[in-house]
Amino acid sequence: MKIQSRQMLEDFRAESLKKLNCQSKQILVCGGSGCVAGGSLKIYDKFRELMERKGIKVDVILQDHVDHGDAVGLKKSGCHGFCEIGPLVRIEPAGLLYIKCKVEDCEEIIEESILGDNVIDRLVYHDNGRSYSRQEDIPFYKQQTRVALTNCGRIDAESIEEYIAVGGYSALSKALFDMSPDDIINEVTESGLRGRGGAGFPTGKKWAQVAAHKDAPVKYIVCNGDEGDPGAFMDCSVMEGNPHKMIEGIIIAAIACGSTEGYIYVRAEYPLAVLRLQKAIEDAEAYGILGDDILGSGKSFNLQICKGAGAFVCGEGTAMQESIEGKRGMPRTKPPRSVDKGLFDAPTSLNNVETFANVPDIINKGAKWYSSIGTEGNSGTKVFSLAGNIKNTGLIEVPMGTTLREIVFNIGGGVKSGNFKAVQIGGPAGCCLTEDHLDLPLDFDSTKKIGAIIGSGGLVVMGDDTCMVEIARFFMSFSTNESCGKCTTCREGIPKIQEILERITHGTGELEDIDMLQELSAVVKTCSLCGLGKNATNPVVSTLKYFKDEYIAHVKDKKCPAGVCRSLCTMWIDPIKCIGCTKCARNCPVGAITGQLRKPHTIDVEKCIKCRECKVGCPKHAIKEV
Amino acid sequence: MTKVDFKLIDSILEKYGCDKSKIIPIMQEIQAEYKFLPEAALMYVADKIGETYAELYGVATFYKDFSLNEKGKYVIKVCNGTACHVRKSDDVQEALYEITGMKPGDYISADGLFTIERVACLGACGLAPVCTVNGVVHPQMTPDKMRALIMDLREAERS
Repeated sequence: MKIQSRQMLEDFRAESLKKLNCQSKQILVCGGSGCVAGGSLKIYDKFRELMERKGIKVDVILQDHVDHGDAVGLKKSGCHGFCEIGPLVRIEPAGLLYIKCKVEDCEEIIEESILGDNVIDRLVYHDNGRSYSRQEDIPFYKQQTRVALTNCGRIDAESIEEYIAVGGYSALSKALFDMSPDDIINEVTESGLRGRGGAGFPTGKKWAQVAAHKDAPVKYIVCNGDEGDPGAFMDCSVMEGNPHKMIEGIIIAAIACGSTEGYIYVRAEYPLAVLRLQKAIEDAEAYGILGDDILGSGKSFNLQICKGAGAFVCGEGTAMQESIEGKRGMPRTKPPRSVDKGLFDAPTSLNNVETFANVPDIINKGAKWYSSIGTEGNSGTKVFSLAGNIKNTGLIEVPMGTTLREIVFNIGGGVKSGNFKAVQIGGPAGCCLTEDHLDLPLDFDSTKKIGAIIGSGGLVVMGDDTCMVEIARFFMSFSTNESCGKCTTCREGIPKIQEILERITHGTGELEDIDMLQELSAVVKTCSLCGLGKNATNPVVSTLKYFKDEYIAHVKDKKCPAGVCRSLCTMWIDPIKCIGCTKCARNCPVGAITGQLRKPHTIDVEKCIKCRECKVGCPKHAIKEV
Repeated sequence: MTKVDFKLIDSILEKYGCDKSKIIPIMQEIQAEYKFLPEAALMYVADKIGETYAELYGVATFYKDFSLNEKGKYVIKVCNGTACHVRKSDDVQEALYEITGMKPGDYISADGLFTIERVACLGACGLAPVCTVNGVVHPQMTPDKMRALIMDLREAERS
């Protein structure tokens, strides 16, 4: 069915909502990558099988029922963000969240919470002796403000009908029928929305520059879904969990810029996102929301998916355009900028997934509402992915300007093991922030002041068992692999830096190596063309700035304070913890461990080859690397 | 040597209208079929779309997803993103090399069963460290779980 007018859209919304309301209860099984990996699809199948067997009316798609209110909706939702405790199952309308669900739990969930109105206490989230049955009460969620992620986890990610039922595509119809392209651009400009991909360029300004090319025969909108930063998965969740919201934002951008063609560039590592987006685009075309004569407005826009092929540099705007054109993804020299001469030499607006996902709400609720969230000049919210050594791993959305302390300790629950040491922000081209920065408001301007970047929003928390020299080496090896090879400084300089860091972590570094690192980093930064090269050495510069003592310890004392760099560590048995079980002595392949039964053992460091077999097998965790 | 079915390549080319800008999706479809890009297929495509083989070779070697070498029956990708790295993915990778008898730089294990790839981030950071076997995600890996996984795969092959 093609929706051919605004009224038809509203009628369709009312009809879909009626169908949604026919469902007395809903089971939302998380269908995000994380929970799928944990087996959530098997749980979905089990629910379906059990309910059918019990004779419960199951709706896997929205359906009309004559006798209202006795069907149970079963759907795969988008990512809830709290991946650590998955697979997650949400029960509506009670708002219950069951965590770490297994196939064996399905029967009980149906009996207690679907047929009955009870809460299964062992499946709800517990923290500090309290149980939280409702998702919204869990501290992890309570302290978030969701804009880009609204409805992620609340509706069926694959259903356009449900998206429309909860108000979807109303911003599009407003943009089409109540606003001129200039009005849209003004609204977005006034909202203060800045690019969520990392650079923070004002979105409205970018659109205005593309719209200004009035005579261009074709203009492009490109959605950057090539989320390459290791440790970042927020765009993945939007694409998987609420694809229509992002698509709605893209179409609004196209109307504002006068564009008729668009691409979504998705990285190849996100197969589920590609599938969901493909379905979303096909559904939108079938309903007349994409393609020719959108909602009967006479305007047209075609959208297609472009699958990446595994190159980090393609996240850079001009490299991405090269890649869409079927070439090697190497950045172009600017100017000309993409807004003037981008994809296939046509004016192109390239924005990030999260940026687009913010647009429908800005159009619906207004620029004033949006700019009331966040801080001056940094309006709105930002999605961060919390990973690494942290208790609550997952995806969070908070107002711009929220401090690192609130994110790591209040929402994230603090470090998982050991003590807090640093946070890597902004991916491999980002910086390390330390304890001194815990009260830093996270927004574009505040982070820039201390030489850091928000980047796409990846936060990897590190405890005192992480060696900062080794982490710098790790990022350099990443950038060495991902350099496209165009600029000599990036291609040759970064491997040299990596070589020096390898020397240091192996205990053969010299003091002058540290000066050389500083100098090389500066050269790479100055002489490379694109953001990847320019920022690649940030981890080295920032770890040198905040953790110089660790570098010195490696070089001068030949010690790794975190006990990570193998060449610099010696194995040691804690005599207080050791129970003398003799397991380590039996495991040691070189006979370096001696001791009597039930007495603390010792390691002969001369004989020890540091294979760590003893440490892995110790039942009392008595063996340490010092 | 893998035998290339040129009829199949023709149908892929037809789908994309021999469009030069569609080289990447064309190669992705060929790779989906053969698990790697056979040289004969690339030469054929170059000829058909009027591009030099060198240009295609350049594109194929630029992107990490493309392989010019035959792969094992099970392609194991070990994630080495930051989150996985911080949660000790190196140990998992080492165990994998040890049990498959492979070393870094090998394309395929001696028995033809395994190919090991180290990837930057699979986007499942909440479950770190992760690996995928032919696209199926295995969460929260440890060296022991890795060894058990390989044993299971070998067992499945035998029976």
